[in-house]
Amino acid sequence: MFYREAGDFKTSYRADSQTFPIRFDRYRYYVVLAIAFLVVPFIINDYWANAILLPFLIYAIAAIGLNILVGYCGQLSLGTGGFMAMGAYACYKFMTAFPDLSMFINVILAGVVTAIVGMLFGLPSLRIKGFYLAVATLAAQFFLVWLFNRVPWFYNYSASGQINAPQRTMFGVEITGPLAPAWATYLFCLVFLTLSALIARNLTRGSVGRKWMAIRDMDIAAEIIGVNPLRAKLSAFAVSSFFVGISGALFFALYLGAVEVGEAFNIQKSFLILFMVIIGGLGSVFGSFAGAAFMVLLPVALKVVGVDLLGWPTDTVAHFQLVIVGALIIIFLIAEPHGLAQLWRLAKEKLRLWPFPY
Amino acid sequence: MPDQVLFAMEVTLNGLMAGVLYALVALGFVLIFKASGIFNFAQGVMALFAAMTLVGIMEGQVPFSHLINATFGTDIHHFGWQVPALLAIVLTTGVMVVLAWCVQRFVMGHLVNQEPIILFMATIGLAYFLEGVSDLMWGSEIRTLDVGLPQGINETIDAFTYDLFGYGFFIDNLDIVASVIAALLVAGLVVFAQYTKQGRAMRAVADDHQAALSVGISLNFIWVLVWSIAGFVALVAGIMWGTKSGVQFSLSLIALKALPVLMLGGFTSIPGAIVGGLIIGVGEKLFEFLLGGLMGGATENWFAYVLALLFLLVRPQGLFGEKIIERV
Repeated sequence: MFYREAGDFKTSYRADSQTFPIRFDRYRYYVVLAIAFLVVPFIINDYWANAILLPFLIYAIAAIGLNILVGYCGQLSLGTGGFMAMGAYACYKFMTAFPDLSMFINVILAGVVTAIVGMLFGLPSLRIKGFYLAVATLAAQFFLVWLFNRVPWFYNYSASGQINAPQRTMFGVEITGPLAPAWATYLFCLVFLTLSALIARNLTRGSVGRKWMAIRDMDIAAEIIGVNPLRAKLSAFAVSSFFVGISGALFFALYLGAVEVGEAFNIQKSFLILFMVIIGGLGSVFGSFAGAAFMVLLPVALKVVGVDLLGWPTDTVAHFQLVIVGALIIIFLIAEPHGLAQLWRLAKEKLRLWPFPY
Repeated sequence: MPDQVLFAMEVTLNGLMAGVLYALVALGFVLIFKASGIFNFAQGVMALFAAMTLVGIMEGQVPFSHLINATFGTDIHHFGWQVPALLAIVLTTGVMVVLAWCVQRFVMGHLVNQEPIILFMATIGLAYFLEGVSDLMWGSEIRTLDVGLPQGINETIDAFTYDLFGYGFFIDNLDIVASVIAALLVAGLVVFAQYTKQGRAMRAVADDHQAALSVGISLNFIWVLVWSIAGFVALVAGIMWGTKSGVQFSLSLIALKALPVLMLGGFTSIPGAIVGGLIIGVGEKLFEFLLGGLMGGATENWFAYVLALLFLLVRPQGLFGEKIIERV
């Protein structure tokens, strides 16, 4: 009744090819943006920012990045944690080497550095694929983490081996360091998420994205119809690592503040992001959001139910979380391989006819 | 002989022994991969689960006791009996067979004909699930496992090398036992695959699912069989590693170490798993010994992966793997 595309006429090519062609979708998108930018910053507090909103925003960027690689280009990567660490350390080096540089540029530069490293580790994808490639990307994970742990230049020879985000301001407001207000860090991450989602959405429906999808569906056939696998695969690795690097930089500078690389960016982080992509939906930008929200909210919800309601010890609840996550992955792969995004699509199909199905 | 050479020889020998243990884990991967085309990421967690179950049964621990105590306010931990090691191993094998049946019935049976990458991700889910179940059932503390395997320095080798070079090599008895058991296991598996009816059926399934079905081989049964054998190999690996360094979460990470072994040796070859394991074992120990000091140490963390990565660029199918032929 409310959600329909009848009567939504286009009179120009421009209107026909816009990001959200259905008017209802477009308005909903504007409303969500308005709430996120204009309402949430005024009601946000430290608990909400640190427990839910900041992790969600940052993981969503990483999930978009990994989704481009796994969901759109079909190249499975288990090195996300390592690339996030690359972004974090690149950001740290830029922050300390050029104290006057704007934080915005720092994060972008961290993304660029990570993109270059990602392309380097993506080179084997030209010869191998599937889980061979997945194992090859593990090399990135372990090598990068080891590098940042063992080579003192990366952590500026600090005694603890940790990196700490120095204080930086933007428009006169602190956005890193312990004194940064919740709304400022939230807005900073939100800007990056919005830009990432816009770029990802438009890349994936343009010619670049179609090349990625052709490679994913059958790489030899794609090569025969004129897709250059070298450029398609490496561009997917570059764009994906760019987003993952940005998310790593934000994770370090704005969310954690201090990072010990073996803990913050270990292999579990790679799996966490991969699970977000699988549960959210392979090959869908919206799915990355849904998956990130799901995986951020699940531990919080389990803690509320298990610890607060049932009175179980926290470690038991943590073990339950493993069981539930594992079971969910299997269930989603069996029952709904396209994840939460597909459920959302089905809901929209139903809404189109609701409440008069015939 | 100069000391450096002697040290290098000792390091090489120890690397060989470690390589045998890697090969043992890698073997479980190869078995499942050959028979069903599934790359089983959960192999390491299966080893953890098997070792945990073994310890739990031996000590007569009540499964899920933490959960029961937390829910009903009771305070139970142990049945109060001790099970001898051999019986416990048999019981644990039984548990692994049940697990294999469950995996086939509830997970893999539903994913027949899916792309390999989907199956791979399903086994990652399985790994998480099993790890959680293992923690819930038996707790997550580090446990010591002692099934009566000899441990400590081997006196004979120590004395022999001392007479020969004037320097005694340190070789752990456990490593020697592990090598012998691994050799026996491999020989047994080869005999099983070559000369028994079920083994032949297994190879037929590996060759071509549909052709195997059409001559009346039950896919379900063969897959349960294969997962059971993999479970048993996981148990053996779990016992070895568990005796060596205690039963704990890091046991499941040896699976990650087995991956480069497989890439080096080829996913489809049992000898490949052995040779790959030995190369990685020796390679990482020697590399750490020769260059680790210069590079800040702990190079074992990544050496295997980078070696496999470079190797793949030259020969994507591994040392002994079948040539990958692709058609549109």
